[in-house]
Amino acid sequence: MSITFVMCSLLIAGGLAWFAEGVKANSARYVALLLVLIVSAYFVFALIMTNSSADYNQLHLLVRVAWINSFNIEYALAIDYLSIVLVSLTLFLSLICILVSWHEIKEKVGFYYFNLLASIAGIIGVFTAVDMFLFFFFWEVMLLPMTALIAIWGHENKHFAAIKFFIFTQVSSLLMLVAIIAMAAVHFKQTGQLSFFYQDWLTLDLPLSLAQYLMLGFFIAFAVKLPSVPVHSWLPDAHTQAPTAGSVLLAGVLLKTGAYGLIRFVLQLFPEASLNFAPFAATLGVVSILYGAKMAFAQQDFKRLVAYSSISHMGFVMLALFSFNGVAYQGAILTLVAHGLSSAALFSLAGMIYSRIHSRNLMNMGGFWQGAPRMGGFALVFAAAAFGLPGLANFVAEFLSLVGAYQVYPLLTIFAALGLIGSAIYGMVLFQNSFQGDFKGSLQASLPAPKKSVFKDLSRRELLVCSALVSLLIVIGFYPNLILIFFQTADIALVNNNLVGAVQ
Amino acid sequence: MPESITVTLLALLPVYPLVSFVLLISFAKRLSWHVAATISVGAMVLSALSSFVVIQRLSVDVPVITAHLWLWFTLSSDEQVNISFYLDGLAAVMICVVTGIGLLIHVFAAAYMREDENFTRFMAYMNLFIVAMLILVLADNLVLLYLGWEGVGLCSFLLIGFWYHEKANVLAARKAFIVTRIGDTAMAIGLFMIFKEIGQLTIIGVNESARTLWIVGDSQPYWIALFLLGGAVGKSAQLPLQTWLPDAMAGPTPVSALIHAATMVTAGVYLIARMHGIFLLAPEVMTYVAWLGALTLLLAGVAALAQTDIKRVLAYSTMSQIGYMMLSLGAGAFSAGVFHLMTHAFFKALLFLTAGAIILALHHQQNIFKMGGLLKRLPFETTLFSIGLVCLMALPGSSGFFSKEAIIAQLFSSTTAGPLLWFCAIIGALLTSIYSCRLFFLAFMGNARFEAELQPSSSKLLKFSLIALAILSIIGGVFANVLTVSLAPVFIVTPVIEILNEPTWLHTVAIVTPFVGILFSWFYFAKYRIVSGVKITANSSSLARFCRQGLGFDNLYTWLLVKPYCTLAKLNRKDIFDQLLMLNAWYVSLWHDVLTSSQNGKLRWYVAAIGLTTLLLLLTLLLTVNVGEISVEASS
Repeated sequence: MSITFVMCSLLIAGGLAWFAEGVKANSARYVALLLVLIVSAYFVFALIMTNSSADYNQLHLLVRVAWINSFNIEYALAIDYLSIVLVSLTLFLSLICILVSWHEIKEKVGFYYFNLLASIAGIIGVFTAVDMFLFFFFWEVMLLPMTALIAIWGHENKHFAAIKFFIFTQVSSLLMLVAIIAMAAVHFKQTGQLSFFYQDWLTLDLPLSLAQYLMLGFFIAFAVKLPSVPVHSWLPDAHTQAPTAGSVLLAGVLLKTGAYGLIRFVLQLFPEASLNFAPFAATLGVVSILYGAKMAFAQQDFKRLVAYSSISHMGFVMLALFSFNGVAYQGAILTLVAHGLSSAALFSLAGMIYSRIHSRNLMNMGGFWQGAPRMGGFALVFAAAAFGLPGLANFVAEFLSLVGAYQVYPLLTIFAALGLIGSAIYGMVLFQNSFQGDFKGSLQASLPAPKKSVFKDLSRRELLVCSALVSLLIVIGFYPNLILIFFQTADIALVNNNLVGAVQ
Repeated sequence: MPESITVTLLALLPVYPLVSFVLLISFAKRLSWHVAATISVGAMVLSALSSFVVIQRLSVDVPVITAHLWLWFTLSSDEQVNISFYLDGLAAVMICVVTGIGLLIHVFAAAYMREDENFTRFMAYMNLFIVAMLILVLADNLVLLYLGWEGVGLCSFLLIGFWYHEKANVLAARKAFIVTRIGDTAMAIGLFMIFKEIGQLTIIGVNESARTLWIVGDSQPYWIALFLLGGAVGKSAQLPLQTWLPDAMAGPTPVSALIHAATMVTAGVYLIARMHGIFLLAPEVMTYVAWLGALTLLLAGVAALAQTDIKRVLAYSTMSQIGYMMLSLGAGAFSAGVFHLMTHAFFKALLFLTAGAIILALHHQQNIFKMGGLLKRLPFETTLFSIGLVCLMALPGSSGFFSKEAIIAQLFSSTTAGPLLWFCAIIGALLTSIYSCRLFFLAFMGNARFEAELQPSSSKLLKFSLIALAILSIIGGVFANVLTVSLAPVFIVTPVIEILNEPTWLHTVAIVTPFVGILFSWFYFAKYRIVSGVKITANSSSLARFCRQGLGFDNLYTWLLVKPYCTLAKLNRKDIFDQLLMLNAWYVSLWHDVLTSSQNGKLRWYVAAIGLTTLLLLLTLLLTVNVGEISVEASS
């Protein structure tokens, strides 16, 4: 199993797609799709092949070579069940991204696919790096192509959104960089050796006051990515202005890097500091849930509404993680997967609607069910996932998060449960304003709506995308142990992250 | 019959309508009416037959049948949440009602909705609803119950807003979903509490553990029961979450009959009956249940007196009758409440479906002030409607009589209810008979105010289903014994309510009340029932209008909750956090403007800048350097 191979292949695939577009128009997407399929197949097979010999409950080291010798920075990758689940999600969603961009991108197509695949490669690096400097490197690497995606192929406000996204994330990453360097310095002071290796840092004994500051440095970076109120305001603009695949990738995967960082670094490296900080973080989570739901309700832009709903759902993750409860932890992991799928689905839907009526404004929509009943059916399922209908993955995830969090923070959880009402409200608004009502007008405004003949039902490609997402949502909804079985040793304060020494 | 077959039949109960749903949705437009109707009604027939077969197996030796399908998820190392079905006496009653009445309503709907262009989609949603309802009543754990609970909410939403082109229907569906969601959230919080305190979520486990963990009057069962009650009032349209039910009449009439009379709205009653183990440990909550039931009973009765739409009268009537069921549960008379659930399903479905047939015959006219004299013009429908009303008023001999008497009999001496609530129930019965008579006089007697040609349906299916329901309504009383026997093991922990020193006139008053109401209405509403030249219009006094709008609750909630939320949302649409951040950006760009304006290429600006800066530098030097040093330097 070689993650390096996966990342390099994705980069090469991006390059090939770019090149292929120059040779023959419209070939980039086929090249990209094919190569990503091959890479994903490799990933799955390699996993199955090595499954018996490795116990992925702990981090299993894949590669560790010296990189920058003067600072003792190494190129070290490792995987455990958490990274495997997230990398699988990334690869699956990258297929969705390519399918969703099929007809949407008209200019600089080759460069577009290069950026898309480079970003995905960076994300996979983030999920697997165990050298902190390497982690930071990949953290930045995944950002740059994403900014380009928004800035070049975005909608009307793309420059503003791209710059905002970039600056926001950079500022928070700088804080993380300071924390990383400080940790390395502390390690040097305590052991006489400079090291950025995760395993080494786990064994460090930090005084609580220092640990709290370092934890905050990391926490802020990941809270921005998660995102959490009050540092969430980059997300609506970035999601709304990005092209459809950009939004899918952003909501489906990039937000998960924030959660991953919280689990892997904040909670593992600074357990005591996190415990002290937990009530505040949990409150932030609940505020995100409620504020996100309220903001989502107020929006008239389809994608902006879904963007705020993402903020609301990730609030559940924050609450669940900082409850330090086994059941809630499982709920948090499942939320990552479920939300990845459901918001990818909603953004794909937004893209499909945009390609038909060239508008994201809910005032311009209405009565789509009449011309596109299949799309309506899928939209209903996706909206139901957003408001946590049992039978879909999001319900189990939210339920587990709340049940677990209630054990520790009963009052906060009761407030968080009010988010269930909020999500029903914005889910209704989203679905009804677009698919119900009269087609000739709309539920609210007197703006002219497009002609009926323009609104076609799903094409085969779109049907493939929707069916894939719906089936996964339903299967995981009724049998979440497919994912959860790997997270049974769940009291995260006790999960031992000793790296198994075998190198592939 | 071998047990494994029974278990399989039990497990397959919801599968037939589910398969039907999938088939109908997948091939929607390509199916003819015959095929679609056969599939959907056929699935219901299979479910109903299976239900009847399975419950035969229940007996004293086999009080419970369970079917385990698969493991849903695990909550901790020992608590598994399964997709499992649990059939005992209570569930048996429920599945018979759901599948039996459901079947009859599906038959009616197949005929009623025949002309609709989305017939297949309609029957598909109806089937999906039955799936969810069956899961709700058969669930062996609270999470699966919650799945059914939300499922029926979703189907209710889809069916209320079935004719989605109309804005009013869409909004009614939205309202129903959101109001019930508030109740669902309360129930979810109740579930969290249960898991935290008891560590289990299976219904039996919870009921038994509660008995061993707590004693009557402890605070934990109090809070748990309170939150579960919150869930129940949402689904069952009781105070304070009752505002969605009248608007839900926007859906097609079979929907009103199935969901909003016979099944979904009884889910709250079912929940409380199921969790009686906890409720019995919290007598104050039982009293709240009784009072909520009584108040809803009276409120809805008063509102029904002022309605002009035939379906809205029936909606408020349903709200009122469920109030009776709640009252019964609150008083500890669980079996009586379930019995009334069953008989109410019979006669309310009959009333709604007959109303549907009448509406159809009158070209979709629903205003009773535009009806009248239907006794002569639609005798078949009138007879059936009268049968329904007789049961509703609980006149002696009807099924409604037996069930309502069973409830009222236990109210007076109940420890959690008492004489005052008994009195409310009697007033409620009076109100019931008055609004029933008003409805009957306005719609069926008096002048024939509907001018055009009537088009009564000649569909045999329609008539068959109506007659079947009428028969059930009449003979429903015979089920009393069967019910008592099957429910006895379920409510085995019901403490015996001593009937001490009850006045003998209690029963007499209860029996006589509806007749008093009829007598009163005969004279008070005389102008409605007499054929004359006088024009009749709805009462438009402000009191009447207030009652018609559900006693002002809609307005109250709009001003208290909806408007503030919407205003808050709209005010903060641009997100104050974002605005604060953009302040930062504005500040930076302000400095950008200032500084760029200094890069303007004009020589005199640059010279002035150099001059000014030099001046400032010299001044700084003068001020900071010691004057003495300069004078020393100067002198040396």
